[in-house]
Amino acid sequence: MIQEETYDVAVIGAGAAGLAAAAETAGAGRSTVVIDREELPGGILRQCIHNGFGINYFKEELTGPEYATRITRIAEEAGAVFALGSAVTDVKRLPDNRFGLVALSAERGVVRYTARAVILAMGCRERTRGNLAVPGTRPAGIYTAGSAQKLLNRDGALPGTSAVIVGSGDIGLIMARRLRWCGIEVKAVIEIMPQPSGLPRNIAQCLDDFGIPLYLEHAVTNIGGAKRVEYVDVAPLADGIPDASKTFRIQCDTLLFSVGLVPENELSRQLGVELNPATGGARVDSGFQTSVPGVFAGGNVLHVHDLVDFVSEEAALAAKAALRYLDGAPPPERNRVRVEANLKYVVPGYFSRNLNTVFSFRPLITADAAQLTARLDGEIVWKRRLRGIRPAEMIKVELPGTLLNRSGDLVFSLETELEA
Amino acid sequence: MEEKHLICISCPTGCRLSASRETADGEWKITGNRCPRGVAYAQNELHDPRRIVTAVVRCDSELLPCLPVRTNAALPKRFIAPLLNRLYQMEVKIPVKCGELLLADIENTGVNVIFSCDCVK
Amino acid sequence: MHKENRSMIIYDVAVIGAGVSGASTAYQLAHYNLSTVLLEKCVDVCFGVSKANSGIIHGGFHHPVNTLKAKLEIRGNLMFDKLQYELGFPFRRNGILVVAFSEEQMATVQRLYEQGVANGVRNLEMCGHARLMQLEPKLNKEAVGGFFAPGGGTIEPYRYVFSLVESAVRNGVNLNCDFEVVSGSFADGCWRLAAADGREVRARYVVNAAGLYADRISRICGGEEFRIHPRKGEEYLLDRSSDARPERVIFPVPTRHSKGVLVIPTAEGTTMIGPTADPTDDKEDTATSSDHMQRIVSLVSRMVDGVSPRDIITSFAGLRPVLDGEDFYIALSEKVPQFVQVAGIQSPGLTASPAIGEYVKDLLKTGGLQLIEKREYDYELPRRHEVRHESLETLDRLHEENPAWTHLVCRCEKISEAEIVEAVRKGHRTLDGIKFYTRAGMGRCQGGFCSARIMEIVSRETGLPLSELTKNGGVSRLTVGRLGDRPVLL
Repeated sequence: MIQEETYDVAVIGAGAAGLAAAAETAGAGRSTVVIDREELPGGILRQCIHNGFGINYFKEELTGPEYATRITRIAEEAGAVFALGSAVTDVKRLPDNRFGLVALSAERGVVRYTARAVILAMGCRERTRGNLAVPGTRPAGIYTAGSAQKLLNRDGALPGTSAVIVGSGDIGLIMARRLRWCGIEVKAVIEIMPQPSGLPRNIAQCLDDFGIPLYLEHAVTNIGGAKRVEYVDVAPLADGIPDASKTFRIQCDTLLFSVGLVPENELSRQLGVELNPATGGARVDSGFQTSVPGVFAGGNVLHVHDLVDFVSEEAALAAKAALRYLDGAPPPERNRVRVEANLKYVVPGYFSRNLNTVFSFRPLITADAAQLTARLDGEIVWKRRLRGIRPAEMIKVELPGTLLNRSGDLVFSLETELEA
Repeated sequence: MEEKHLICISCPTGCRLSASRETADGEWKITGNRCPRGVAYAQNELHDPRRIVTAVVRCDSELLPCLPVRTNAALPKRFIAPLLNRLYQMEVKIPVKCGELLLADIENTGVNVIFSCDCVK
Repeated sequence: MHKENRSMIIYDVAVIGAGVSGASTAYQLAHYNLSTVLLEKCVDVCFGVSKANSGIIHGGFHHPVNTLKAKLEIRGNLMFDKLQYELGFPFRRNGILVVAFSEEQMATVQRLYEQGVANGVRNLEMCGHARLMQLEPKLNKEAVGGFFAPGGGTIEPYRYVFSLVESAVRNGVNLNCDFEVVSGSFADGCWRLAAADGREVRARYVVNAAGLYADRISRICGGEEFRIHPRKGEEYLLDRSSDARPERVIFPVPTRHSKGVLVIPTAEGTTMIGPTADPTDDKEDTATSSDHMQRIVSLVSRMVDGVSPRDIITSFAGLRPVLDGEDFYIALSEKVPQFVQVAGIQSPGLTASPAIGEYVKDLLKTGGLQLIEKREYDYELPRRHEVRHESLETLDRLHEENPAWTHLVCRCEKISEAEIVEAVRKGHRTLDGIKFYTRAGMGRCQGGFCSARIMEIVSRETGLPLSELTKNGGVSRLTVGRLGDRPVLL
């Protein structure tokens, strides 16, 4: 028999976002189910065994599993129902404006869930060697940073003996240290950008501590080895193009790709949610509601964050908006928010007049200082000077509702001093 | 006058610290920190560098081959490799609670190794 | 087993190579009262030429009727419906469009169309712009004209080969993987084939279907001298969500050396673009190169709308085994007895393969092999359940039989633990073998999430430690040991 269950809120994903959201809705007395395909809650945090999480959200430095343990406990105590080992395969809007979900699990087989609101918290996935179409052979020993992390930290299995890491984002840097701490040599970290993508402290404690060389403005131009990785060819970039004449070879048996994350929105597509190509996530209003009324999104499914704390914060805001929706509050307005110069994207993609709103941006430039400007309907309504701009660091600012006092397009731009 | 440059690892901000002293046996003076942790970090780093250590140990759980553990404070760097090699040879019995003690007072440093998650089955 | 081989069993036929030609031959021979052994140098079947190609069932118009290629292509094409009905591999006759983007190209289109008609292909249809757009709305609006071959389509080549082999094995064929033939000699009416590790197989007849290495096998056995020239083809796979996925296979107007770069809606819902065609000297050179991606993307962008490099989830390269003269070489050896050469099976070899198997069977008969049909032959393979294709009610029922059916391991392609276990129990014990059998790891995350889980399942099912598991056999180990095996030195 196919089982059926009904809730006020269905949260898809029990990671840092989903658990924060479920804690919020369940805590407010709304029946909440949080569905996750893993047997244990916590999402990717469970394999991020290093410390550095939670300073904002828990005011304490925690490891990934500790963060997961705490936020799981909060959601449990709030009364959220956990459906674990359950993969959501289908989600759709029903004729009565509720939502129908189907989840498969070994324990319970097929379960149909009905919910009045859905919070999307599926997180993101890693970009792969295939996404970059890196030339060369396809031997064993090529891993994404996350899958190598899972092998080491969950299974206690060694992916190789000597590694090169592609990408200097925090995950790549953290994995460099992890490999060394597991007895695996790290030959180099290769980064195409002129500056590292990860936090300075991770350069210090994950590379410098071990004397691991970081090659900036370099690219892997070839992978060699028939059955198992044997070497990679690396070349410096000149105007973004590998300079083949300066190619050098690094012998290694393992290659880790840490080359970015992509929001995981396959279920959002099933719901017909409007997506923003710049983020890869839904285009939401100031309450993190998607283009489908009753469907909310927060965390890495919406846009890729630098810090897990912000993931939880954002998902909690989405949950609060879901509560207002369940209470019958009118939906926020959908006045368009856009970005221009030097900004890759802004979240949310819509604003509501007279509401205080936190905007998150991803800059495209590196600058010591720059000015972030907001124009409403063509007129400058707000500006702020920001320091230490880097693409790897999200910009978050709050605009008071009093400034957002009329409809029209709200356009943000980031200008460096020189340009201004 | 001697000067060194460090990056504080106490939080994601990563303050760029400068340490300077007048004489070889003088006190280091720290600048560039945005909070007191920066000074403490730099003093340790200059005299006896330490790191929080995180690792896994094998266990008899049916769900997880390994359980995460951590030191409850930063451990002097010279003890890190021996500690890791010791942890990797261990196999622990569940159940364990997050925060439960695994190893006490590593090398008389007062630093303990604790479990960093719950595991009941 | 070894002893038994050495002292007792003399097979009627040994087929060297478990690619599409060898598998089709073994499948055909399984219908008769014969003892047949299929020898494969790799750890699993279909790990060579047959796994890495465009997966097209061609329309019978690319080659002139006087070639063996064309004859077997046309016959092979017609055999697929029955094969699919019995064996259940993914195959769709979604039709092929050959499209001209200039008036000059229309002359070639006309010539190909006429060649197809002369070859006896039915239902070919010349199309103007409007008819093309009706048949394929994704087509670039610049399309001038072309023709439609409704009998063409797409297939999952490895699934096809796996099912041929599975059917052959069910009907008595012996499969020996990891058996690389290093020597062959004929004496007393019998061939002795030895593997690198000393194992030996005896058989009265030998079929050389060794793909890229057919020249080497021929030489080893004292057969005809010829050379296989590998010609590399790179392909790029686009995500299921790509807007570029057409309904039909779209061909450009071909050049002398290649059928051109195609847009292929695969039988399993993804889109493939490629292949290139570059000669190479190295028969193991399946490396991809950086120059090709941009070229392929720009070529196919002229053919269909919505192609984006952002949708690329992986790329791969395969090698075509090309003979001088470009035609297939399938014949009884004139130098050594009881030996059939099956060489140069490049495109349209996949399409021709059912007819190749049949043709080889007939050659063996000509060569003196007695063929008596089996009284009992098991035609149909048991239908496989695939979670992604089942109704919820079926899944619910499957779950009651075995909870592993509703435990999803690969979420991109919706592959359950039960499907992985089935693959392992059918002998696919490498990550690639399991991937080709189940599709686990073929989706957008390329195994990022599921590889470790699949390894755990294989380890549990086979009793092998993780460090013994490989990507595709040999030294392709996925992990090298356990935490603690390597001392931490800081």
